[in-house]
Amino acid sequence: MSEQTVMIQNEEEVLLSRFPEVVKKDERKGYEGYIVEAKALKDFATTLRDELGYDYLSSVTGVDYLPEGKMEVVYHAYKTTGGPALVFKVQVPRENPVVPSLVPIYPGADFQEREAWDLLGIKFEGHPNLKRILMWEGFHGHPLRKDWREPFYEAEHKPYKSRFPNGEFFRAEDRNPFGKNVDYPAGFDPETWTPDNSNALIYEGLGRVEKAGDDLPTEQIVVNLGPQHPSTHGVFRMVVTLDGETIVDLEPVMGYLHRNHEKIGERNTWLMNMPFTDRLDYLAPMSNNFGYALAVEKLLGVKPPERAEYIRVIMAELTRIQNHIFAIGMFLNDMGAYFTPSLYAIEERELILDIFEAVAGSRMMVNYFRFGGVARDIPEDVMAKIRDLAFERLPRRIDELDRYLTNSEIVRIRGEGVGVLTPEQAIAYSAAGPVLRASGVPYDVRRADPYSIYDRFDFDVAVRYHGDVYDRYLIRMDEVRQSIRIIQQALDQIPEGPIVAGKQQYQHRVPAGEAYGRVEGPKGELGFYVVSTGKTNPWRYHVRAPSFINLTALAEMCKGHKVADAVIILGSIDIVLGETDR
Amino acid sequence: MSTKPKDEGLNSPKYEIPEDLQGTVTITTLDRIYNWGRRNSLWPMMFGLACCAIEMICTAAARFDFARFGMEVMRPSPRQSDVMIVAGTVTKKMLPQIVRLYNQMADPKYVVAMGACASGGGPFKEGYNVVAGIDKYLPVDVYIPGCPPTPQALIYGLMKLQEKIDKQTIKEVYGQPSEMIPIPVLGPDIMDPREYDKIREYTRQKAEQEAAAAAEAEAAQA
Amino acid sequence: MDGSGILKGLGVTLKRLIDTYVDDFKRGKSRYYTQEGIEYRRSAEVKGIFTVQYPEEKLPVPEEFRFVPFLVYEETPEGEQKIRCTSCGICTKVCPAQCIWIERTTDPKTGRPRPEPADFHIDIDLCMNCGLCAEYCPFDAIKMDHVYELATYDRSNNVLDLQRLLKPVSYYAEIRPNNYQREEEARRKAEEAKRKAAEARAKAKAAREAAKAKKQEAKKE
Repeated sequence: MSEQTVMIQNEEEVLLSRFPEVVKKDERKGYEGYIVEAKALKDFATTLRDELGYDYLSSVTGVDYLPEGKMEVVYHAYKTTGGPALVFKVQVPRENPVVPSLVPIYPGADFQEREAWDLLGIKFEGHPNLKRILMWEGFHGHPLRKDWREPFYEAEHKPYKSRFPNGEFFRAEDRNPFGKNVDYPAGFDPETWTPDNSNALIYEGLGRVEKAGDDLPTEQIVVNLGPQHPSTHGVFRMVVTLDGETIVDLEPVMGYLHRNHEKIGERNTWLMNMPFTDRLDYLAPMSNNFGYALAVEKLLGVKPPERAEYIRVIMAELTRIQNHIFAIGMFLNDMGAYFTPSLYAIEERELILDIFEAVAGSRMMVNYFRFGGVARDIPEDVMAKIRDLAFERLPRRIDELDRYLTNSEIVRIRGEGVGVLTPEQAIAYSAAGPVLRASGVPYDVRRADPYSIYDRFDFDVAVRYHGDVYDRYLIRMDEVRQSIRIIQQALDQIPEGPIVAGKQQYQHRVPAGEAYGRVEGPKGELGFYVVSTGKTNPWRYHVRAPSFINLTALAEMCKGHKVADAVIILGSIDIVLGETDR
Repeated sequence: MSTKPKDEGLNSPKYEIPEDLQGTVTITTLDRIYNWGRRNSLWPMMFGLACCAIEMICTAAARFDFARFGMEVMRPSPRQSDVMIVAGTVTKKMLPQIVRLYNQMADPKYVVAMGACASGGGPFKEGYNVVAGIDKYLPVDVYIPGCPPTPQALIYGLMKLQEKIDKQTIKEVYGQPSEMIPIPVLGPDIMDPREYDKIREYTRQKAEQEAAAAAEAEAAQA
Repeated sequence: MDGSGILKGLGVTLKRLIDTYVDDFKRGKSRYYTQEGIEYRRSAEVKGIFTVQYPEEKLPVPEEFRFVPFLVYEETPEGEQKIRCTSCGICTKVCPAQCIWIERTTDPKTGRPRPEPADFHIDIDLCMNCGLCAEYCPFDAIKMDHVYELATYDRSNNVLDLQRLLKPVSYYAEIRPNNYQREEEARRKAEEAKRKAAEARAKAKAAREAAKAKKQEAKKE
């Protein structure tokens, strides 16, 4: 018996003996972890964090088990020293789902619990700010519930019957009385309806807050940055309360690009979700494919052949490089270096996109991974191109970018000591990826919980210790260099052989059970939680989006700094709205 | 590069200019010179919604460089921009802001729907928070299909817009200012203020139907 | 913090600027508006100006590039169009955006379905260009196109019907030569195998019958 299994057994004994009756092992077929009674949840979580070392709560999500009349909240906790997940769940009745909030124990649960409330209607007791997060306050219903139907509802599952064999063309809006994607609850009257005013301050833009207890009668003002603002990298909004130019409070508002990825994902078949994952973090589509493929492969029990594994790693690392240099370019844009650094960065990115286009068929929306392999082999001439890039051009260009920016006094003065996140805070807020590692926590899923063939490569986990904006810039430089190292090794070792295991089907019957596939995406830990009931469609499909969860720490980082700093702090987190809002 | 000056469409085809004067003298109409100026200085709004916005950035960057068309001045303010490139999925939550931005743009203004999502909802059309095409709310001048359109496809679309501008006359452009579009309201779902009566009628009927169904069920139970 | 970092950084931009002119000078006219020039500008050793002068010159798309789908038809020697599609419906079942509508032909006499589409619609306002339809089509009948210049003034053009979707197989062979060849090879092999199997079966049958005849003869005797 290995050391790790002994440890896990001990954990199990500790947990089961400490909480008799209220904690049980999850014994459903294909499931893992523990089922905890709602009343014992907080004690259970405290024990996990303080005694067993599970200090990092990665993912919180809900599942609607409609046939059983239950709602389930699923938690995935990790140790920042590495190792597999500890999964625990709380089951509550569907009519009145109330679960104690874990925000006091793991502050990183904040946004994720709000999301579960918004989309599934699970109430978290004791949550400091339980408001809708992706939809707006006042929206009718909780859309991810299985009995909630969207206006363009056609059938429970794809493929739709209306497409074949008697496919008479129609547009979905032709069948809606308004000709639009809208539906209203029965008896609703727009004239007597009044908007929910709890957020009036936020929604009306510039507001004023009286400041108490000062000698001089000064005022604080509320300023909205976004949702249409060049600094917010898309349609993101920061509601900033200012005292002069200093930030007193900041509230991120998102959902402006909430395109219902999960609801659509649950209507789709397993394979159909692959191209949809491209559109999550559209700057790193290969990583998204990777995470989803891993999750489903766990359920299917297939293993890709050797060559496919190497191709996957090469593609994922190329993605990381192009994402990071793009992020650095845009970050400098935010800092005011108007365009030149980002133009340099985009030049390298274009060359990598050429490779994606030649291999996968599209610059951005690659749709390249399949369950048990990849869609196409890399042609010889493209392989030569990758070689040129990895051994010649990219190392040279990264050095040039380094010379250009790293020691520039402006970058240093603007970056050093701004937006500091301590390691304790970073772990507590469930920050992931470069944000976590720049704060001095050397946690990288590729090392901490190796997937695919990352255990074969020689690379360093980049880590920096100040946790400020400048370090978050530096860590991206470091990671690009490490990625180049990995690609170089992979190119040297890649064997010949098949690129996909078995014959590809267009519909998969996935064995019942749950799986959590996670990869170290460029933005951080990207996880896919899928539940199968043995059908051709996922029952639950949830994305643990690093861009979304990293924002939990944004307010903490910004307080006390100037407005201009908020812009670069956001830039240094590197969010992509497609993933934040899904 | 060719040394001959390109005919920018400025010269009126009605007049022949001797070869040795070409590139020095131009005879044109007022409409033509006006449109020539407009179409070579289309300032897009710096405004991206989703995936397509990244391709728009790439179009602005070194490789495709739409500065060659006089479009490099991307304005973050709607007041200073001529064309709104709706680049990405339009969600209901974002729609009021988009309509407001459109209203704030100065005449003459143009809207380009970039990509499948902006044109007709795209793959996300069935989603509950997605607007099935921005043309349900704003007048669109050019639709560019693709998911996402490549930078070259975007430039092609913008050239189509230039062609459209070429065909306009000053009278047309300044004849009547474009209509202000009422800003949709976020209620239980997105509501167009022009449709309040229709909504009331619809919800009343729905309530009646539900009541009837409930009564039927009760009767069946009894 | 004496400004040397900024100066060094400015040196990098200056070098880039000089590189541009040096490279233009070195490569001369072949750098622009030639195939060679474009290939150079997208290779790993490019320096200086990077811009592709669209629309005067176009960045060639790779073979695997995919934009909206089209249907392949073969031309018979008589000049008739033979559509490869058998309306099996797999593309409609694999399409993530559900943007394909197929109407199957029914034989007016028997009322049974015939393997050809009566009508075929693709709404490219829904299509996500993922290429799954082309990947899983067992008859190589639906393929992804390379034409991306599709901008229109009117969105009703964006629903493609059967007539607008059809393109000849020669076009397909032109835009995707390697794929085409591979598929033709596979098809030839499959036909060969089929023929061989049929031959073997015929042989076996003949042998069986011969044996039977022999047996009967033996019985008679």
